[in-house]
Parts: sequence; C-alpha cells; structure tokens
Amino acid sequence: MTTNVVFGLLRVAVLVAALKAADGEIADYGIAATNTYVWIGQGLLGFILLWGTNELAERVRSGDVVVDLYRPWNLQSALLAEDVGRSGFAFLTRLAPPVLFGMLLFPFQFPENAVQWPLFLVSALIALVISFAFRFLIDVSAFWLIDNRGLYGFWNVTSGLLCGLTVPIAFFPEWAREALWMTPFPALLQAPIDVFLGHGSAPKLLLYQAFWAVVMLGLGHLALQRAVRKVVVQGG
Amino acid sequence: MADLIYPRLIGARLRSQLSYRASFAMDFVTQVIAQCYELLVILVLFTQITALGGFTKNEVLLMYAFAGAAFGVADLFAGQLDNLPTYIRTGTFDVLLMRPLGTLPQIMCSDIRLRRIGRITGGIAVLAYALANVPVDWSPAKVALTVVTPIAGAVIYSAVWVVACSVCFWIVEGREFANAVTYGSNAFTSYPINVYSRPLRWVMAFVVPGAFVAYYPSLALLGKQDPLGLPGWVGWTSPLVAALAAAAAGLVWRFAVRHYRGTGS
Repeated sequence: MTTNVVFGLLRVAVLVAALKAADGEIADYGIAATNTYVWIGQGLLGFILLWGTNELAERVRSGDVVVDLYRPWNLQSALLAEDVGRSGFAFLTRLAPPVLFGMLLFPFQFPENAVQWPLFLVSALIALVISFAFRFLIDVSAFWLIDNRGLYGFWNVTSGLLCGLTVPIAFFPEWAREALWMTPFPALLQAPIDVFLGHGSAPKLLLYQAFWAVVMLGLGHLALQRAVRKVVVQGG
Repeated sequence: MADLIYPRLIGARLRSQLSYRASFAMDFVTQVIAQCYELLVILVLFTQITALGGFTKNEVLLMYAFAGAAFGVADLFAGQLDNLPTYIRTGTFDVLLMRPLGTLPQIMCSDIRLRRIGRITGGIAVLAYALANVPVDWSPAKVALTVVTPIAGAVIYSAVWVVACSVCFWIVEGREFANAVTYGSNAFTSYPINVYSRPLRWVMAFVVPGAFVAYYPSLALLGKQDPLGLPGWVGWTSPLVAALAAAAAGLVWRFAVRHYRGTGS
C-alpha cells in the first residue's frame, strides 16, 4: 500500500509536468483525467493481481501439481474461481484506497454518465479474468520449462508498460498505439480506465476485452490439456 | 584470515550462478529490459513534449542514466537486504550474530546476484549515449565528476537501503515500506526533481538525499542553473553527501542490531 501510493505520487508528478510542457493537455488527458488515470491504475493493479504469484508453477516444479490434477475439478476454472474470490477482498483493500486517496487529494474526473460506474466494474472484472488467463499461461509453461522464473520476470518487467500502467497508451506514437491495441495487453488496464474516463466507446472496449478473455482462457485450456499428457506420476 | 573470507564467499557465489548458463543469460536479459523500462517511458513522453521541467530529452536521459547505473551497483551489493525480514522472522539472523564477522557485510555478501550487472550495463549504455549528446564543456574536473557520480550515487542508495531495511528490526513486515523508499527513490531520481511537488521533493530529495544521486551532478556537468535556486557548487558535493549517508546508515544499523531480539524459535 505504501509502495503503491508513493509510486502513484511519483507518476502523477512526472505526467503532470509533461502536461505543463504541452500546454495542459496531451491526447485527451488534462490534469484531472491524468490524476484519475494514475490512481485508478494504481488501484486496478492490485485488484487484477497483475503481478500475482506463480504458485502453480512452483507446484509444477515441486510435483505437487499431481494432487491438483487428481481432483475432480477443472484446474483452470478452480484457480480462476480462487482469483475472483480474492478480488472481492482486493476490491476493498487494494482498489478502493488508492482511488479514494486520489479522489480526495487531487483533481479528479468523475464519470459524466452514471452508467459508466457499473460499466467500469464489468470492465475491471473482465480485466481480472484476462490477467488470470495471462498468468495461467505463464504458470503452465512450467510443465515444459520446469523453471519459468525467467519468463515470469520478463512478464513482470514488460506488462506495466504494455498495458498502459505507467504512461497512457494514448501518449504512444501512432504505430505503437495501433500495434498495442491489437494485443490483449491494453485490455488489462487501459480499457477499464478508458471506460471510467469516457475515452472511446464503452461497448466497443468491453467487446474487445471479452474477445481477449475468451481467447486467452481458450489458449490456457489447450495448453493445460497438452501439458497434462506430459505428466508422469511416479509411485503414489 | 578475515580479509580473505569475503573474496572467497563472493567467489563461491559467482561460480554457483555461472554454472546455470541459460538461466543466467535469461535473467541477465530481463535485468537489461527492467532497466530499459523507465527509458521507454521517457522516450514515449518525449514524443509528446520537447522539454520536461525545462530539461531536454538528452538531459533527462543523463539524469536517468546516472540514477540507473548507481542503482544497479547498489542493488548488486545492498539488494540482499530485502531478505532481512525473512531472516528476522525465521530467526536465521541469530546465525549471522554468532559468526565473528560484521552482520551487515555478511548479508551483503550472502547472495550477490551477478545478473544484476544487467541493470548496470543498461545504465552505462544510456549514460554513454546521453554524454555524447548533451552539450558539456569538458574539463578534467568534469571527467572526474562523471566517474565519481555513479559511485557516490551507489553509496547513497545503499545507505538508504540499509536505513530503510533497519525498520524491519522493529516492524517485521516492514519490507513494503522499505521497498517504497528504495525502489521509490530510484524512480524519483530518474527525473529532474523540480517536476515534483514541494513535500514530495523535500522528503525524497533532501531527507532521503536522492537529489545528489543524479540531479545536482547533472546540473554541474551541464553548467545549468538550478531552477530551485541552489548554488552551482552543490553539484560537486555528492561524494560528501555519500560519506555522510554511509556514516548515518552505519550508526542506524548498529542501533537497530542492538535492539534485535530473537524470535525464540
């Protein structure tokens, strides 16, 4: 929480200084929108567990995953349910505090239309599912890599920039912006923030997110199916 | 005897890490990318603007590079302190106290991660680029300043690390706070400090002496006036600040260790 707020303050300062250098607005982001963007981003970060643990990968490495595979459940759905459950708590402890902090102490851009609030919640939930699907794929890679910490580190250092946590994707040069929106990364953070700020059309953003949620979960499902074929249980 | 122990410990660490070459290579690359993260942020911002806080792109890159190289060196030697809460919680810190060596150097040598050289490499590469592209009236003194700045910066960051982690002797779950100070000050010092609001600047630039890692030395090198009004010679005081910070960190550490009580397990 301390780290979250400190980084929020630093990012607000740098972005606002950039706005000042550009006559107060860059690509639809004024002072209030920028503050809102930063604090919602800092909140969502904890809510969607962007940098969650690689528990499953550790279980693959230690062999404990066999127990998970024995159980009469679908491993992917079970883990997703765990994440969704955790997010209920994270909503209160991780999402609400930085957003309230930003609302109370900084110029804040509230949604113009009341319907944006529920749409934002839906968008954040889809983002949570996509974040889970990403991490599930990275975890499942441990069936082949055994030690996937390198890949995990790679995810940790690239996801922040690609999903629009540090700089709004609208600030990127046009080619990079277009390329990024073809990937599922902006669906993790930039899309829910855009829904909240009323940037772009909300139904379109939600459809884009839903599309990637289905694709990423599907990929995870396929990867797990293939992985399970490789598992050899020794003894019992 | 004691003077040979540390080189031996470090040597053993390094050999063990180089034995997994593929894993090491991947870790190394990840560290270079981690270092480039903030670089990309700066480059993206400068596609929209021409100056940040009155500094051009290459001038900001110079500050970022000084901060990055210094943080990389500090991370190599002091980053291990992040494990301190675990040592304290599990009681393994007792083991360090039993050995006839200083506790702080023992922790620093405990897990030197060679991959962190990736960070330093990234920082130095950008530093070379920035130095080649900013207007500097070179003189022997300024060459010395360029060499000394990352070292003094590393000492300042390390001192900050030691002090921030000392909090964990009182608050066992103090890692979160420590990270906010250590990683936060790296993010802070990568930009000209005049972009921050007054309270934030006061804490992160002068209480935590982050301003002396990159900002003031860069001003001295560029021969620029400080927009915040401090005189020009401040840019040359980083080594002094580093020495003071190190001394303060040593005192805080001794004080903290004296207050250590084992967990009893």
